[in-house]
Amino acid sequence: MSTKALPGGRAASAPLLGHEIEPTLFEMSAAGRSSYQLRTTGIPATSLHELVPAIHRNLDVVALAEVSERDLVGHFTRLTHRQYSVDLGAYPLGSCTMKYNPKFCDEVAADPGLNLVHPGAPAELTQGWLELLVTLEEKLCMITGMSAATLQPSAGAAGELTGLLLMRAFHAANGDVRTRVLIPDSAHGTNPASVTLGGYEVTTIPSNDRGLVDLDALKAALGPDVAGIMLTNPNTVGLFEEQITEIAEAVHDVGGLLYYDGANLNAILGVVRPGDMGFDIVHMNLHKTFATPHGGGGPGAGPVAVSARLAEFLPGPKATRVAKDWYDWVKPARSIGRVHAWHGNAMVLARALAYIEVHGGDGLTRVAQHAVLNANWLRNRLSATLPAAYDRVCMHECVLTAVPLKAKYGVRGLDVAKGLLEEGFHSPTVYFPLIVDEALMFEPTETESLQTLEALAEAIERIEKRAASEPEALHRAPQTTPVSRVDEARAARHLIPTEDAAVR
Amino acid sequence: VADYIPHTVEEVDEMLEFLGMNSLEQLFAHIPAAVRLSQGLDLPRGMSEPDVAEVFARFSAANQASTSEMLCFAGAGAYDHEVPAVVRALAGRSEFVTAYTPYQPEVAQGVLQAIFEYQTMVSRLSGLPIANASLYDGASAMVEALNMASGATGRHRMLVSAGVHPHWRAAARTFAMGTGHEIVEVPLKDGVTDWASVDASGAAAVVAAYPNYLGVMEDMAGAKKLAVVNEALFVLGCDPVAAGVLKTAGQWGADVFVGEGQAFGTSLSFGGPYLGLFACSTEQVRRLPGRIVGETVDSNDRRAFVTTLRAREQDIRREKATSNVCTNQTLMAITAAIQLGWLGTYGLREVATRCAQGAHFLFDEVTKIKGVEPVSSQPFFREFAIRVPKKASKVLSRMADRGILGGLGDAALNDGAAMDAVSDSDHVILVTATERRTKSDIERYVKALRKAVD
Repeated sequence: MSTKALPGGRAASAPLLGHEIEPTLFEMSAAGRSSYQLRTTGIPATSLHELVPAIHRNLDVVALAEVSERDLVGHFTRLTHRQYSVDLGAYPLGSCTMKYNPKFCDEVAADPGLNLVHPGAPAELTQGWLELLVTLEEKLCMITGMSAATLQPSAGAAGELTGLLLMRAFHAANGDVRTRVLIPDSAHGTNPASVTLGGYEVTTIPSNDRGLVDLDALKAALGPDVAGIMLTNPNTVGLFEEQITEIAEAVHDVGGLLYYDGANLNAILGVVRPGDMGFDIVHMNLHKTFATPHGGGGPGAGPVAVSARLAEFLPGPKATRVAKDWYDWVKPARSIGRVHAWHGNAMVLARALAYIEVHGGDGLTRVAQHAVLNANWLRNRLSATLPAAYDRVCMHECVLTAVPLKAKYGVRGLDVAKGLLEEGFHSPTVYFPLIVDEALMFEPTETESLQTLEALAEAIERIEKRAASEPEALHRAPQTTPVSRVDEARAARHLIPTEDAAVR
Repeated sequence: VADYIPHTVEEVDEMLEFLGMNSLEQLFAHIPAAVRLSQGLDLPRGMSEPDVAEVFARFSAANQASTSEMLCFAGAGAYDHEVPAVVRALAGRSEFVTAYTPYQPEVAQGVLQAIFEYQTMVSRLSGLPIANASLYDGASAMVEALNMASGATGRHRMLVSAGVHPHWRAAARTFAMGTGHEIVEVPLKDGVTDWASVDASGAAAVVAAYPNYLGVMEDMAGAKKLAVVNEALFVLGCDPVAAGVLKTAGQWGADVFVGEGQAFGTSLSFGGPYLGLFACSTEQVRRLPGRIVGETVDSNDRRAFVTTLRAREQDIRREKATSNVCTNQTLMAITAAIQLGWLGTYGLREVATRCAQGAHFLFDEVTKIKGVEPVSSQPFFREFAIRVPKKASKVLSRMADRGILGGLGDAALNDGAAMDAVSDSDHVILVTATERRTKSDIERYVKALRKAVD
């Protein structure tokens, strides 16, 4: 192997100085200090007593921190130094698609002509936004092989629930009462939670020894009471459900619908489309596949695309081209209604469209190809250290297992994950999917270089050596990070959710 | 080809060779040929960043409603507040922007501590002890509150004031299709919820807005009493800016506080991403939707923060979870913490006061115009509704010609629902004036309205 690991892809040189805690903003507060500056308005300064009747007045002051602007900047800047991010280094967190977020997409979205528009402004004054939304809807439909889409859902889970309500509306319109939704045992936790909120019962379908849906078990579970099935393809083990056409046929035969959980869409861009596989409803996570930044846990965006027979049920009102070069808000004929206070996470939608335009059809295919190449290279490279749970060609992520390390040295998957933090890398996803023991799910994404992947592999090999020589140290890892291993049990046992609950 | 993939041609070859393959296509050979795309996607080829910037400049130019071009007097849960350079700079730091959910707390103390500070601020604004790490928007926060109420009471009947934002109520109706909730809308009388007009028995929740959609400050004692008598949860949707001076949800006896947090540092953004504020009483903590951050210690006994009470969450409890929320709006929550840090105790009071002063000054001036009447005689805080002698859409359109976004009419979003709480709704305009509107802005508004109704 000629590949040389390079230090560029990890956070080992980050300025995470020292090990002192950062005070909270409230601890930095001094009565009488302030930073805010407001406009001079010239409006009469009528007293609050005149404006607000006594029964509505709060006699107490809502106490916030009182800090100088300089301290405000210092505080939040120091907090950023205690935070890992994609911009800092590789983030191979499986199922999360933590690829590089192009700065360009942030910048186009920040344009005042997009960013400073009130969502209730009339359509004739917001034609640019409506055209943008319609354009994005059309491109997402092309990418997924579907007919129409809603852009309202704020995140993947919101998209799932929207999809299930569409499923419900479709069956109801056919006078069809159905009670169950099938979900593989490898599914994301949001799937079963969404099914419950959609008013359905979950039937879990086991996986076979190849990590795929057990087709016989699926067929046995099917019946006229099944509303549909939720599938991720590639699934959460990183494998493509090769019998997808048989699955689709079996579900459609009993009148059920197929729901595609788009969490893993990055693997198949330009290679295969959910619509062509037989799916009826598809949600996308724009913050994964189309690289909109994840913001430390949101905002995301979870548009839902559907086949032609479901289009009339989509949430609304939705941006629609009503004439050549003219757009308006139109409610689909049998719309399930709103799922968002306004139009969805518009600024996220704008970034995603910019990403799609930069890549084009050819570039999106390259994305999937290189994401899958990276995952397979890493799987192969690590096969002697962390074997794959299912050892064959994977898609955009690979699920490896720490079972051998646990058996030999008593070092668990969590220890490997914490050890990686000390190596300057973010951890993979641990203990998911639930069907794999000591699971470590790596999704390197297409934007990490071969040299970074080699550095990651060498870091894991160093961890294996430590597991043999000093397993205790790995149980205590990480020690070089801003805080060492965090006592999660104590946090749950003795809840301190605010400064006011803290007993110091 | 220019994109963000670092691989050289030689590296791709080297990697394929390592895998015993000779083409990238071979990686997908196990996918059935029948479903594979043979020609790739039917989309145009990629464009360079500057070329795409041209496309977006065209979108931008076609949005006359930008506050960079028009004076904004529209509100309805989306407000044109001051967002200072310092907040934009800090909230835009890429360590916050490009991080994921803080699953590895040892390298996520920045986000976790910022959320802890945010939770503290939301708790104080709401007057309730437990706040979560955010939900999608005000509508989603209210929907989650309804789910909490049905979990707490085992009942499904939700009494929702028509003074709650019409889009929130619409979302509640949509999600009720899955949960089976019965949404009972309680009408307004002179801008105030007429609780006596509905049968409250079997209620799981009593839901009101403060101030309500028409800007009116309702006395919440009646709603609270109704909730107590029926052993229902009292859910109060509050304008968080007004919360800087008005009685808190906790002081009104609410069990759950929900709100739209866009006003704290997030620009109008065409409606999203915004920020769902959520706080509740200690009794409801096990049913709390979404994430919550708690303080703890690390293995060296130093203070540390971590996502906690995880056993409630969907990835562990699956179909028995109290909510399906996973990704939330963390960046907006951090932004709110920074904005509230910038405002501080007296800055928030000052913004709330100035909004009220601006709105009242505007009210006094517009109601002098012949034919313009207040919709309600009740006390309002920072927003109010007027009845105009011509169609509201026509009036707003004529004001727009003079560079003024004059407020919200029933035609907003073309779904006719924006003003469903009032009679004669196509003649009603909802108006606000934030702390960014000056006396001369308001004088321009008054002049434009006078011409528009003439």
